[in-house]
Amino acid sequence: MKNSDIAALKNEPACAHNSQQAKSGCARPTPGAAAGGCAFDGAQIALLPIADVAHIVHGPIACAGNSWDNRGARSSGRALFKLGMTTDLNEQDVIMGRSEKRLFHGIKQAVDRYSPAAIFVYSTCVTALIGDDLEAICKAAAERWGLPVIPIDSAGFYGNKNLGNRIAGEAMVKYVVGSREPEPPPVDPARPRVKVHDINLIGEYNIAGELWNTLPLFDELGLRVLCSLSGDARFREIQTMHRAEANMVVCSRAMLNVARKLQERFGAPWFEGSFYGIRDVSAALRGFARLLNDTDLTQRTEALIAREEAQIQAALRPWRERLQGQRALLYTGGVKSWSIVSALQELGVTVVATGTKKSTEEDKTRIRELMGEEARLIEDGNPRGLLDLASAYQADILIAGGRNLYTALKARLPFLDVNQEREHGYAGYRGMITLARELTRSLESPIWAAVRRPAPWNEVSSPASGQGVGGEGVNTPYWEIAHG
Amino acid sequence: MAEIIRRSKPLSVSPLKSSQPLGASLAILGLNRAIPLLHGAQGCTAFAKVFLVRHFREPIPLQTSALDPISSIMGADDSLLAGLRTVCEKHRPAAVGLLTTGLTEAQGTDIQRVLKAFRESYPEFQSTRIVPVNTPDFNGGLESGFALTVKAMLAEWVPLTPPNHPGAARCPSFAKEERNLQHHLPWISSLAADESWGGGNPRQVNVLCGASLTPGDLEALRELIERFDLYPVFIPDLADSLDGHLDAEDYQPLTTGGTPLAAFAALGDAAATLVIGASLYPAADLLHERTGTPVHRFPHLFGLDAADRLIMTLAGIAGQAIPAGLIRQRAQLQDAMLDTHFLLGRARVAIAAEPDLLHGFSQLLADMGAEIVAAVAPATAPILAQLPLAKVHIGDLEDLETLAREHEAELVIGNSHALDMVQRLDIPLLRAGYPLHDQFGGYQRAWIGYRGARQALFDLANALMGHAEHAVAPYHSIYSLKADDRREAGHGVAQTSTDSSWRH
Repeated sequence: MKNSDIAALKNEPACAHNSQQAKSGCARPTPGAAAGGCAFDGAQIALLPIADVAHIVHGPIACAGNSWDNRGARSSGRALFKLGMTTDLNEQDVIMGRSEKRLFHGIKQAVDRYSPAAIFVYSTCVTALIGDDLEAICKAAAERWGLPVIPIDSAGFYGNKNLGNRIAGEAMVKYVVGSREPEPPPVDPARPRVKVHDINLIGEYNIAGELWNTLPLFDELGLRVLCSLSGDARFREIQTMHRAEANMVVCSRAMLNVARKLQERFGAPWFEGSFYGIRDVSAALRGFARLLNDTDLTQRTEALIAREEAQIQAALRPWRERLQGQRALLYTGGVKSWSIVSALQELGVTVVATGTKKSTEEDKTRIRELMGEEARLIEDGNPRGLLDLASAYQADILIAGGRNLYTALKARLPFLDVNQEREHGYAGYRGMITLARELTRSLESPIWAAVRRPAPWNEVSSPASGQGVGGEGVNTPYWEIAHG
Repeated sequence: MAEIIRRSKPLSVSPLKSSQPLGASLAILGLNRAIPLLHGAQGCTAFAKVFLVRHFREPIPLQTSALDPISSIMGADDSLLAGLRTVCEKHRPAAVGLLTTGLTEAQGTDIQRVLKAFRESYPEFQSTRIVPVNTPDFNGGLESGFALTVKAMLAEWVPLTPPNHPGAARCPSFAKEERNLQHHLPWISSLAADESWGGGNPRQVNVLCGASLTPGDLEALRELIERFDLYPVFIPDLADSLDGHLDAEDYQPLTTGGTPLAAFAALGDAAATLVIGASLYPAADLLHERTGTPVHRFPHLFGLDAADRLIMTLAGIAGQAIPAGLIRQRAQLQDAMLDTHFLLGRARVAIAAEPDLLHGFSQLLADMGAEIVAAVAPATAPILAQLPLAKVHIGDLEDLETLAREHEAELVIGNSHALDMVQRLDIPLLRAGYPLHDQFGGYQRAWIGYRGARQALFDLANALMGHAEHAVAPYHSIYSLKADDRREAGHGVAQTSTDSSWRH
């Protein structure tokens, strides 16, 4: 990939990081103090959930061998994406220039054995460095074997994970979207007069199957999801994305470029939203009704929202009583920095601080609206800093990505995972119950007293205080122990 | 003797292999107050970190030189220098593992030269010991990366001991750390007092621990060695750093246990060196050249024979009789062999593992009369030719699945990635190796010695007992007068005769 192409992707005009006020763009990593993945990682996250595609990683073993089969995206049917495939280049391949040949035959091997709907080939650092012509090989292979072979030029060193997401989106727009027309929607005999609208969800990865919490709502409203990019997606669905009448960018700034280009080329309007929290789910449904500008749909949407909200509010009441007054420290990025705040507040949890590392000014404004002007925003969430904040703000639980799981546990602090390695789906109205259940599972666990209690032989027990084995530490909150 | 079948297909599907830098990082994680630094793009580190975090369920210190397009093409020395400086400045580690990746090896990086430049530019970090290791992704795998790193540690930190003056030539710069060492290895202080310190220490045993040993194995090994009043020095010691324990401190950016660096200077004092895993034989050779300490080689510690040899070796070094407890353990293993041989004899097993682990399991099963119908290693190693089976394939889990299906394997031994495959084959999986991310405590499982072998036999036999079909399938006579012979399991209410399809 040319430097100018990388620069163009980083300079996404729809991304608020590139607005007039904040011209930061994507920040460069610091050697020796960097966290997070590379561009290849990002491209793979964005596309791997496409279930009927053979995803071939072209490079030495590390890129696929260390990372395959480690994400929570689910498929409702074929699960070809769960097989790691790589050219696993050896030294001779690299030195003698045999890697292109290996890739070409590798594509054949995947076609013969697994009959994929299409093949995606991801370039990696080494194959980009030695100059393999990915595009030419993919083109030749597509002609030779008669199926789409899509190059994803995603060498890790191009940049961070976010850039990789954009590279992935760009490749879909460039090579896949628009290559097939969708079938006409089936007429629902029960509701023959309901007009079906076609929509896309961009940046929804179906982690732990959470797409399936919201999909029934869209079905009920007569909104046909042509494609969810890329949770539980099929290649043939991505091909039809250009026919959507409206697009939603879900919970991730990473694939804004896809929404923007779909609008530029095919005129489909888009909006950004989230499926976390009652208010946001309703807002997302209203967002589609607004963009589609259909009075009947608007009425049905409002009716559905009223029904669902009443139901979920009633169902959440007992949970809310249990969670009332609990204090959470939230550290996640981008849209989630406010969408999870609102979900937590709806459960009665107080959010004492939230991370804003990947957030824009717009995100921060929304956070202040939710948490007040005094809201504590965390820019740099290094583990030490997070623990100090948890202690200073008397947090009962840390809510963050899997990377911080053991930061919390080693500090004997309850934890909830809200990023993509997690095993529970929190999206949609129903996801709120799951969120409440998982919060209480950690917060109300009886283990905290036990793991904070010093060994009996280290305990200072005096008969006067009446404290002996099992007395100290029981029900003492985290912050009183941490630095006490 | 096994025939080695090399990879013949262009694509690796469901890879068994993990990368060399990952194995190298693992070895560094067995040092105290250490951190590995991968010289490559951010993803090299991110993937390895997630892999190890999910396996051990522990925070894993790991950093990166974070190459970008400019440093990838114009040269990455500055990124590496900056990375080293940041890591040393922020965390003051005792040791840094400076490990290359596919990207920087393809660039042709010269880490020795960069390290020299770093030492010249930043004398203030002199106390941090840095071991540079070339670990390209396009060679070897986890086990070889681990082995290269252990050898590099020895090359870097073990001083040359003159043949007739054991232990006298200790590196002077270790003086301060020696005091520190007394904290970790308390027996050293008493020995120093009676002057045996300078002239060799007859109770010290060095153990070079290969990648196939889990923290649980190391704990078991330590216990065995201590039963002979010997004191093991593990290089590296994953049992001390990654055994999954809760420290008093809440956050540590470095390893919180592992071999103290000062231990390397004292390796020459030992009565003997044990090396576990053929992958570490080159490292053992190097240690022998440096110190002259006698080396006892164990390709693995699986099964009765290997355990016997270990115990006899330890008894020889210690000059002691075999403790009664071990005699009992041996008898227990023999009994377990008797009990399980009905199931394990002729059992058809498929194994996918790194070479040393593959060797151990093959031996354990061969000793029970099982047939290893499929054996796959992710990368080649000299030891593979000596495995007690017919063929070893260099390949992936797709190969293992094909072979297992073709030869009607009844059980698979492999890592967590093999789960999908055993579900398709509908046979049980015994999890071993890396990664083990779909179970708790895989890392603390002890396979070695009499006890480890006994439990392994029980687990193998239990897995087979649930699945294997032994009895003759029921036959329903056409003249049968039984009223209930339509019932499958013999429980519940007899089915009515509305359905007579069984007669077909």
